[in-house]
Amino acid sequence: MNVSIEFYASLMKYLPPGKSRFRREIKVDDGLRLSRLIEQYHISPEEAHLVLVNGLFVCGEDRSERELVEGDVISIWPPVAGG
Amino acid sequence: MSWTRKILRVDLSKGTCTSEPLNMEWANQYLGQRGLASKYLTEEVDPKCDALGPDNKMIMATGPLTGTMASTGGRYSVICKSPLTGAIACSNSGGFFGAELKFAGWDMIIFEGKSDKPVYLLIQDDKAELRPGDGIWGKSAWETDDILHQTHQDPQLRVACVGRTAEHGCLYAAVMNDKHRAAGRSGVGTVMASKNLKAVAVRGTGGIGNVHDAKAFMAATNDGKAVLAENAVTGQGLPAYGTQVLMNVINGVGALPARNMRDVGFEGAENISAEAMAEPRKSDGKPNLTTNGACFSCTIACGRISTVDPSHFSVKDKPEYQGASGGLEYEAAWALGADTGVDDLDALTYINFLCNEDGMDPITYGATVAAAMEMFEDGTITTKETDGIELKFGSAEAFVAITEQFVTGEGFAADLGMGSKRLCEKYGQPDLSMTVKGQEFPAYDPRGIQGIGLAYATSNRGACHLRGYTIASEVLGIPVKTEMNDTDGKAELVKAFQDATALVDSAGLCVFTTFAWGMDNIAPQIDAACEGDWSVENCLETGERIWNMERLFNEAAGFTADDDKLPKRLLKEVIKHGPTEGQVNRLGEMLPKYYEARGWTADGKIPDETRQRLSL
Repeated sequence: MNVSIEFYASLMKYLPPGKSRFRREIKVDDGLRLSRLIEQYHISPEEAHLVLVNGLFVCGEDRSERELVEGDVISIWPPVAGG
Repeated sequence: MSWTRKILRVDLSKGTCTSEPLNMEWANQYLGQRGLASKYLTEEVDPKCDALGPDNKMIMATGPLTGTMASTGGRYSVICKSPLTGAIACSNSGGFFGAELKFAGWDMIIFEGKSDKPVYLLIQDDKAELRPGDGIWGKSAWETDDILHQTHQDPQLRVACVGRTAEHGCLYAAVMNDKHRAAGRSGVGTVMASKNLKAVAVRGTGGIGNVHDAKAFMAATNDGKAVLAENAVTGQGLPAYGTQVLMNVINGVGALPARNMRDVGFEGAENISAEAMAEPRKSDGKPNLTTNGACFSCTIACGRISTVDPSHFSVKDKPEYQGASGGLEYEAAWALGADTGVDDLDALTYINFLCNEDGMDPITYGATVAAAMEMFEDGTITTKETDGIELKFGSAEAFVAITEQFVTGEGFAADLGMGSKRLCEKYGQPDLSMTVKGQEFPAYDPRGIQGIGLAYATSNRGACHLRGYTIASEVLGIPVKTEMNDTDGKAELVKAFQDATALVDSAGLCVFTTFAWGMDNIAPQIDAACEGDWSVENCLETGERIWNMERLFNEAAGFTADDDKLPKRLLKEVIKHGPTEGQVNRLGEMLPKYYEARGWTADGKIPDETRQRLSL
């Protein structure tokens, strides 16, 4: 199935080659768990601080249970802040 | 103690500068800077006074840790009654001015009265005098800084001053220091200019020699620095990306307001983000971001120093704007960018330079232009009012043109200089002003994030993120993640953030340390520096006391619970799409619980028992 990944700030280095600044369309196995996707890109749990699926926050303990579905957009940030 | 125990009182009407002892009883109750100066203000100023009249006072105040080796210990604040809101104003700034004031031997300066001619205050250690300001009145903040350095031939001189917008009566003018740092919000610079005071130039050679327990202070500040260095946000994220890293985050979670908060979500957000600032541009291969920068004693260094593309239309024929200067921070980038629909990074950087050069709060300025743009698009105002400028959302050209005109004080500037509340009222569209107590919102839509809506509505200086930054918890998970759209627990969350921030703002420290530090990191530093009990418990109670004291000033100025509100748009107009689709802010669910958590009455008044508990 097809999903989109978006890696921001210092995690941009984990993005595969592509034209978009942050986003890549990728193919993954049906039913892939969110935590497994994060591991596939070698992003450590500490780095994957803020993880959104379709704009909604998924906390650390729910990521191993969360099955991705066709069209999901997964956005990941390291620990950041501002204001 | 880290207080110098000395106040400089400057009577501008009489032209006198006198030294007086700091009230140590108040220092032990209100610590310093925001808290202590607000105490002086409440004791000395009638809250109903004309903010731009001689009866208002303006206080420049340091905290006990200002000028010390504590990380970020370089802050000072400007306190007065605000001409924009009519409420108490306290605007906090970094840079180097605050530390220099402390080195000269002063905890604070109280300005009162009004000079009959433009003047500036020159402080050289314990010597202070008012000097004629003829040569600097009418100049920008940058020119003023340069002229004073040339006049006094001292590169170490630190200058805080106002630009031309303050002289023209713009109600949200900032006090600029060290050229690029600002006590930005609520029009504290307008009050300074109303007193015919153009600048304060200070040189101090005394250093800090009066720390209560030097050995304990060394240990506590070193511990604090280690925590900041090891924390991923303060040790890596902020120095690398600055506050601007939030642009994509807040857009991603569905809480980035756009086009005068008519929309939520901005399609151009990524073009004006921290990541975009770091990209090499096509014209010269250089990124917008030149380097990061730090204020006095700061070990975070979140500041942005940027350059505009020299071939960009805004600076093409203006070499004076082609060098590196204070770059976009998140709130400014949002207000100048997403809120006006402009996603031209170079144009926004240039407009931000102009805000620094002539000292206006970029949040209120951007939001006021955004309100004008909405009225232009709906036909309320036309090119007749805007002097021929097609003031449409998204037009970088129009925004640059109107800003260049604005700083001269000509044309539509008088209207824009009123802020969006008065502007929208003048043109019969009061509901288009996105303000609380007359001050414009920063960069988080309270329809998407419930707690920040309560923080805005109850902020003592009008809409502001820096009075209770619940975004840390609701979005960023610091110290713990709370659900953005929940209202449960938000009353207590807002109170906790407000009280803790009031304490940090009174210490001489930067609130950004709290991304890594808890009160258990901060209190030992204050306790070692100052005599008296500065335990965690006492620090938190001091913060609560300061919050309540500010509220009492506003109450005496005429504010009531009816002013703890949000614009209709944020309560009635649902978010149209994205992850927060269908949401509005549910202030009504949170406000009664907030009053209860604060120990206030159901109509937001502070009862005697709460006053007694807090020794107010």
